[in-house]
Amino acid sequence: MKSEISYSKAQLVILVSSRVLIGWYCLYEGMIKWINPSWSAFAFLNDSQGWLAPFFHSFAANPTSLSVVNFLNIYGLIAIGLGLILGLFTRMATVSGIVLIFLYFLSHPALINTSYMLPSGESAMWVNKNLIFVFLLLILLVYPTGDRIGLDRLLFNRFKN
Amino acid sequence: MEDKKNKKQAFSRRDLLKGFATLPVIGAFGYGMFREWNADRLRQNSIASELGLNFDEHPIAVPSKSDGKTLRIGIIGYGIRGEQLMRAAGFSRPELVDDWKRGAQRNVNDRRYGDYQEQEDLNIVITAVCDLFDVHAENALKAASNSNRSGVDGPMNQTAKRYRRYTDLINADDVDAVIIATPDHWHARMVVDAAKAGKHVYVEKGLTRTVEEVFDVRKAVKESGIVMQLGHQGRQTASYNKAKEIIDKDILGKISLIEVCTNRNDPNGAWVYDIHPNGSPETIDWSQFVEPTNPHPFSLERFFRWRCWWDYGTGLSGDLLTHEYDALNQVLHLGIPHSTVASGGVYFYKDGREVPDVFQAVMEYPDRDLTFLYSASLASERFRGKVIMGHDASMEMENTLTVTPDNRSTRYKDQLQAGVMSSDKPMITYIPGKSNVDAVTSATEQYFASRGLLYTYVQGKRVDTTHLHIREWLNCIRSGEQPSCNIDQAFEEAITAHMATIALRENRKVFWDAESEKIV
Ligand SMILES: NC(=O)c1ccc[n+]([C@@H]2O[C@H](COP(=O)([O-])OP(=O)(O)OC[C@H]3O[C@@H](n4cnc5c(N)ncnc54)[C@H](O)[C@@H]3O)[C@@H](O)[C@H]2O)c1
Repeated sequence: MKSEISYSKAQLVILVSSRVLIGWYCLYEGMIKWINPSWSAFAFLNDSQGWLAPFFHSFAANPTSLSVVNFLNIYGLIAIGLGLILGLFTRMATVSGIVLIFLYFLSHPALINTSYMLPSGESAMWVNKNLIFVFLLLILLVYPTGDRIGLDRLLFNRFKN
Repeated sequence: MEDKKNKKQAFSRRDLLKGFATLPVIGAFGYGMFREWNADRLRQNSIASELGLNFDEHPIAVPSKSDGKTLRIGIIGYGIRGEQLMRAAGFSRPELVDDWKRGAQRNVNDRRYGDYQEQEDLNIVITAVCDLFDVHAENALKAASNSNRSGVDGPMNQTAKRYRRYTDLINADDVDAVIIATPDHWHARMVVDAAKAGKHVYVEKGLTRTVEEVFDVRKAVKESGIVMQLGHQGRQTASYNKAKEIIDKDILGKISLIEVCTNRNDPNGAWVYDIHPNGSPETIDWSQFVEPTNPHPFSLERFFRWRCWWDYGTGLSGDLLTHEYDALNQVLHLGIPHSTVASGGVYFYKDGREVPDVFQAVMEYPDRDLTFLYSASLASERFRGKVIMGHDASMEMENTLTVTPDNRSTRYKDQLQAGVMSSDKPMITYIPGKSNVDAVTSATEQYFASRGLLYTYVQGKRVDTTHLHIREWLNCIRSGEQPSCNIDQAFEEAITAHMATIALRENRKVFWDAESEKIV
């Protein structure tokens, strides 16, 4: 199960720290939504622009799909965050994070002359923080660390003969 | 290599250490999260619950008091507003319905078609229409026939008759109530005649053009006992009701100044409406149009842009101050001001108009210890909302409410010092459609709300306030109750507006003598 790549100590520390920091960020994003009972992705979806906007709008338009989106966002973010921090099911958490954040990116692409609010009011052209986020997670995907520093080490090594 | 070594024993100490290495991070996170949650709770508690505010419930729509009887409605004046009112009542021209349908097909965010179809059926029928302009009258007939809310291909029910004089419409046997959406110079006569004929009235705002007419209307309405609703649909805005709750709980402290504004910056907003290509002395009954006012030769400009002349309209005061005033009167029960000064001029639209496009009025309420300030420009769209300024906090009152504590507040001194409140953060935000009052509403949510992405909901449904306003009027006709913008509110609205107009036109401070009910 353990990846073949061997890391230097510095590489491992930096990779694990990145993983934990990204996990922290996701966990907080999820928790803050979880705490706020009235949080809904409704407005965010409706605010979507770009060529995929109709797709995101349609999620907001239907109460059932909206509640699914809300559920996935809140618990998805919490699970991804916990997974990354603890190094538990790290691969799954990383892949889910990539998918979710890429969806955020697609719903609010950093097009030129957009009039909507990008996350945390950043200024961006084509490349925004969400996109960078996705690539950071991709780095974590190809340089996995959960099986070295993290619960995956115990979980997956255990069943190995 | 390592694996082999560890195979036998379950986990080495090293495995455990490395496996759980990041666990303390969760501890730190949990600690931080708890602190933050606790601070928020403290803030919420000290504000929302301590102040006894509970916005948990959605505004509940009163059930329609349909007694099964279909009310027969006549519409007088089917111009810009007449068409909107008919839509709100459930009768739109088939061409418009098709337009909205196409709009919705092009853009899912275009909710006009869906909203219109979902609008409640008010159990009315349009039996009569009256308009002086043939094109508008015919449009009104088409709208009246479209009880199925369909497009041009749909089935129509010809129910309405066209009248060329409003008196004939009012006296028709098959008319129970009338909606009046004519220019302001006609309102009084029409309301008085309808009241005398015992017909209920929904009349557009700017109750009257002159001061004398206000008294005539009040007398006629009170004597006849009809149900009259003045067209300030803001009465139905959910956030205004919440604003009243906030005021009643004295959360703002002593209120000393209220500032309301109008800012527009396009010809349409400055009353330069399109002149219909088919408008002509043949299609417009001009002599009837000017009957209650000063005579003037036929003028398309005056007919379509009547708000620009004092002969027909009441200027910024009657047209737009009234909406703002009524919103505040609803929340604060201000009544008629003790005195008013006003100023302004035609500064941008020098198109021959008499009515200023920049206008300010300052109204004093000495018995309330407050000043009410209205400031308007039709040549700048800079947004300035309605703001109620109190010693302890101020409130911005739009579709959403924002209450921000004052840095020097006495009441919130402790919370301000403790950092639980801060004058650069709202302490209460109300966003209709959201279930609760939320002291920690994020900037994002406020941003979304301000962009109109969160709507006024009634039980989870987006609704048009004008529809609710007409609906309330019909409910009252059926139950005999008084609507929210009844003749007493209308009287206050009209006198207040006229005082500002007189102050402007006579360039003096005017007073309201409440004893003798006179503007002096
Ligand atoms: N509540 C609101 O938000 C709101 C919005 C717009 C207008 N209004 C009010 O609605 C009223 C109408 O405004 P508008 O913009 O629709 O004006 P408009 O000029 O577009 O329409 C007025 C219509 O009344 C007709 N008319 C005039 N005199 C008549 C008479 N004696 N008998 C029958 N029909 C007659 C005209 O032919 C015209 O079709 C005004 O009082 C205005 O203040 C209210």
